[in-house]
Amino acid sequence: MSLIPSASQTVGPFFNFALTPDARLGVLAGEGAEGDRISLAFRVVDGDGAPTPGDSMIELWQADARGRYTQGIDPNFRGFGRLETDSHGECIFETVKPGPVDGQAPHINVMVFARGLLKQLYTRVYFDGEAANACDPVLMLVPEDRRGTLLARAVAGRPNAWFIEIRLQGEGETVFFDV
Amino acid sequence: MNEYPRTKPGSQPEYLYAGYRSTIRRAPSQPLIQLPHTLSELSGPVYGHNSIGPTDNDLTLHFAEAPQGERIIVAGRVLDEDGRGVPNALVEVWQANAGGRYRHARDNHPAPIDPNFLGAGRAVTDDAGNYRFVSIKPGAYPWRNHHNAWRPAHIHFSLFGSAFVTRLVTQMYFPDDPLIPLDPILQSIPDADARARLVSQFDLSLTEPEWALGYRFDIVLRGRRATHFEEGGK
Repeated sequence: MSLIPSASQTVGPFFNFALTPDARLGVLAGEGAEGDRISLAFRVVDGDGAPTPGDSMIELWQADARGRYTQGIDPNFRGFGRLETDSHGECIFETVKPGPVDGQAPHINVMVFARGLLKQLYTRVYFDGEAANACDPVLMLVPEDRRGTLLARAVAGRPNAWFIEIRLQGEGETVFFDV
Repeated sequence: MNEYPRTKPGSQPEYLYAGYRSTIRRAPSQPLIQLPHTLSELSGPVYGHNSIGPTDNDLTLHFAEAPQGERIIVAGRVLDEDGRGVPNALVEVWQANAGGRYRHARDNHPAPIDPNFLGAGRAVTDDAGNYRFVSIKPGAYPWRNHHNAWRPAHIHFSLFGSAFVTRLVTQMYFPDDPLIPLDPILQSIPDADARARLVSQFDLSLTEPEWALGYRFDIVLRGRRATHFEEGGK
């Protein structure tokens, strides 16, 4: 038997009472989690550079500080996170910096859902300044002039705080992947 | 280990579908970059959430009184591409109330809020991939996509399978709804059979006498069993 996967449909604008009622889903690293605790802020903007106020959602899937997704994972860490963007198109996750996985530089897997997205977008977040980025096999697939769209930047004056903007369309458009 | 073949053309919407106006400034304009599947894509959360409560799959039991509307049962199987049930999959649903209004601060459709209906539920599939919800039939509602635009009655579904790449958010529709051919969100799917698979089927065997009508809705997630060698010369 060979079945065809069901079609995707937009998450729509009115999901938050069901999918994101619990802000704890923005906290991946509990007390005592191993590794470097970081905050990772997202802003999602559309093709006009306008934020997506309250009608987009970010999901994260990442390895723990030692690069483990499931097997033997740090018990104080959960690799999944989910938040809606606020009225400024922003959300902030509390997590740890992931370890390297399978010869790849530390990265966080990201899905973007929104009103106006008929299916989710896949992207990745890497960390600006990380030496391993130079030989990451996925970054190598991305034209050099667009790699910067996948790099979170350190927030000046705020230790361990990182920020990335997801531009859905147009100038500086974020690199999205076909997985 | 499963493998996850790429999507069959036409079976999924493209990002840009001008008939659905919100896609125009949100669809990426650059081509996607094909990503080989690494552990990052092949692993995935078993649950995204805390454990499921005993009444989470009955949306009519979340308040002291029963909600207004036509009580329904929605049940089906979550399958992979080989037709095998996907066990232990988290299924989240959300919907408008019987009058077509969401319990959401920015839904200003002038239909009454039902104080006894939130419209959100969760379930986990059993060993054979079965799930079941009890709810009320959601109402159609207007939206401002174009003049006189109405969404057909629908229930939103969100599913996690075994991997990051099996994640699916979709919508379930009801049979014989005259709004379906007019709905740009459903019509954004090029393939007619793929559209038809998002329409549930009335099912007398799921219907409970003197109590609620039943609708069947099966969902297929990406993934098939990896074949390590070819059999029978095919």
